Amino acid sequence: MKLLFEKSVPGRGMDILPPLDVPDCPLEAGLAREKALRLPQMAEGDLCRHYRALEKRAHGVCDGFYPLGSCTMKYNPKIDEQMAALDGFTGVHPLQDAKDAQGCLEVYARAEASLKEITGMDAVTFQPAAGAHGEFLGLLLIKAYHHDRGDLARTKILVPDAAHGTNPASATMAGFEVVSVPSTANGRVDVEALRALAGADTAGLMLTNPNTLGIFDENILEITKVVHEAGGLCYYDGANLNAVMGIARPGDMGFDVVHLNLHKTFATPHGGGGPGSGAVGVKALLRDFLPDGQVVGEAGNYRFERPKKSVGRVKEFYGNFGVVVKALCYMLSLGAEGVPEAATGAVLNANYLMHALVEGGYEAAVPGICMHEFVLTLEKLKHETGVSALDVAKAMIDRGIHPPTMYFPLIVHEALMLEPTETESRETLDECAKAMLDILKEAHTAPETLHACPVTTPIGRPDEVKAARNPVLKYEF
Amino acid sequence: MAHVPAELLYTKSHEWVQFTGETTARVGITDFAQNSLGDIVFVNLPAEGDGVTAGEAACDVESVKAVADIVSPVTGTVTAANNDLESAPEKLNESPYEAWIFEVSDISDREELLDAAAYEAFCATEEA
Repeated sequence: MKLLFEKSVPGRGMDILPPLDVPDCPLEAGLAREKALRLPQMAEGDLCRHYRALEKRAHGVCDGFYPLGSCTMKYNPKIDEQMAALDGFTGVHPLQDAKDAQGCLEVYARAEASLKEITGMDAVTFQPAAGAHGEFLGLLLIKAYHHDRGDLARTKILVPDAAHGTNPASATMAGFEVVSVPSTANGRVDVEALRALAGADTAGLMLTNPNTLGIFDENILEITKVVHEAGGLCYYDGANLNAVMGIARPGDMGFDVVHLNLHKTFATPHGGGGPGSGAVGVKALLRDFLPDGQVVGEAGNYRFERPKKSVGRVKEFYGNFGVVVKALCYMLSLGAEGVPEAATGAVLNANYLMHALVEGGYEAAVPGICMHEFVLTLEKLKHETGVSALDVAKAMIDRGIHPPTMYFPLIVHEALMLEPTETESRETLDECAKAMLDILKEAHTAPETLHACPVTTPIGRPDEVKAARNPVLKYEF
Repeated sequence: MAHVPAELLYTKSHEWVQFTGETTARVGITDFAQNSLGDIVFVNLPAEGDGVTAGEAACDVESVKAVADIVSPVTGTVTAANNDLESAPEKLNESPYEAWIFEVSDISDREELLDAAAYEAFCATEEA
């Protein structure tokens, strides 16, 4: 497919400007560009077709099933979009005085109140633009807390080996040393190993519960206690909150700081479909360190405030406001009954699909009941047939299903991680199970056809090795 | 079955080590390691003069699947890194026992190392 720049024809456009009827007023020398900006020149109709053609080549939650584990690709209700598109929300300027934007501040205040209730935290900031950004802020808050107490010796963050890859990356970026905590054979944190690792140099622990294997760690209270007794704080990676929202609260599990992916759990478009929001909730002991721009006051008289020992801003202005509007709308639509119902639905769907796949011959990485997602290991299949997790994922594309997350978590070999979410019907889950079981059968009868998948897409198998070794990141004119 | 040269020593984290003198050694990754990682696309080498500790990460390699730590089998000082790998990381896939990653001198400690037979047996249990 040609790029816009390749379709451009000099002189073509979509506007006819009226003749200039005021005196020409040239820019001062030094302010004007030396050369005209190179922009594609085309007619509106051709531009429209270009983007429609791109749209048809994409696969989103409105096109079909999207069981991308750990990403919570649930359906995003259209009412949320309608609310975020209201004039009062889109027409406001971030530099506008708070007294003229009371409705917007009320959105923050009400979203904060709801999220405090859902997480069991005492305050929430909406500054971070996405999950890993929230992790980074959370770690800065932990660091500020220890430094404020005059304790400079806490330089290490404990991260289980099943963690999201962003956890060690965020901890390193925040200036900490990462210490890996091993998992037990059944996918839980090895509490005895944790006890041996926690000490006077422990700044905190980063954990997601349920973890990346889709398992709720029943030792969670013991885990947070071990870290607290060593003087560290506990960070909850909220990427998997969809499994427990409205049912179990990170605050009650002993966590001091949590990030939420509003774009995952609270149903706003993401993954190329829109900006994110990595809201961060904290217990009272961290409240004073939050970024500038906390909304305080009451209806009609809200204002922004800079907390006393603020770590500063991590993003310009107030985060991705439109995402917060959508998330608030989602919470209000579901209500106190709907929020936990969404979580139980997500867990039920994951178990239903896992059961169908395991009955049909797939192998679960950790047998038993899962939470909102589950991990299959295709190691045996690869040994027997040469068909890998990658081949199965690619074959799913030809059957109209977005591939699951592959080769993650790293502690499972030939991993496929599926998260169906609560917004899928039983029929969709049955179709997915049937497609995956057909692929399994084909792996034994005609493995070579699976190596060639996908064949129904505009692009087959991109050369990932070449892309990584010789990336071309720039379009040369 | 992965290739395991008889003259080298091995770690359970799939590095090979070749002692080139009393206190000097060369380190790389095994055939088993490169096969599990898949196509390696980037090598993050240690710098000359870096201290490495037996059992701890000395550097890392990135494949299309994942980033993996290279654990140093010995404690000592890095005297050389194989800079050729920066432009040609695929050598780790093509000839893992020739494509050494770094050399260490002043070795004062070492991990529990396996001989070829013991390592081969260990790989068999990993695959099972």
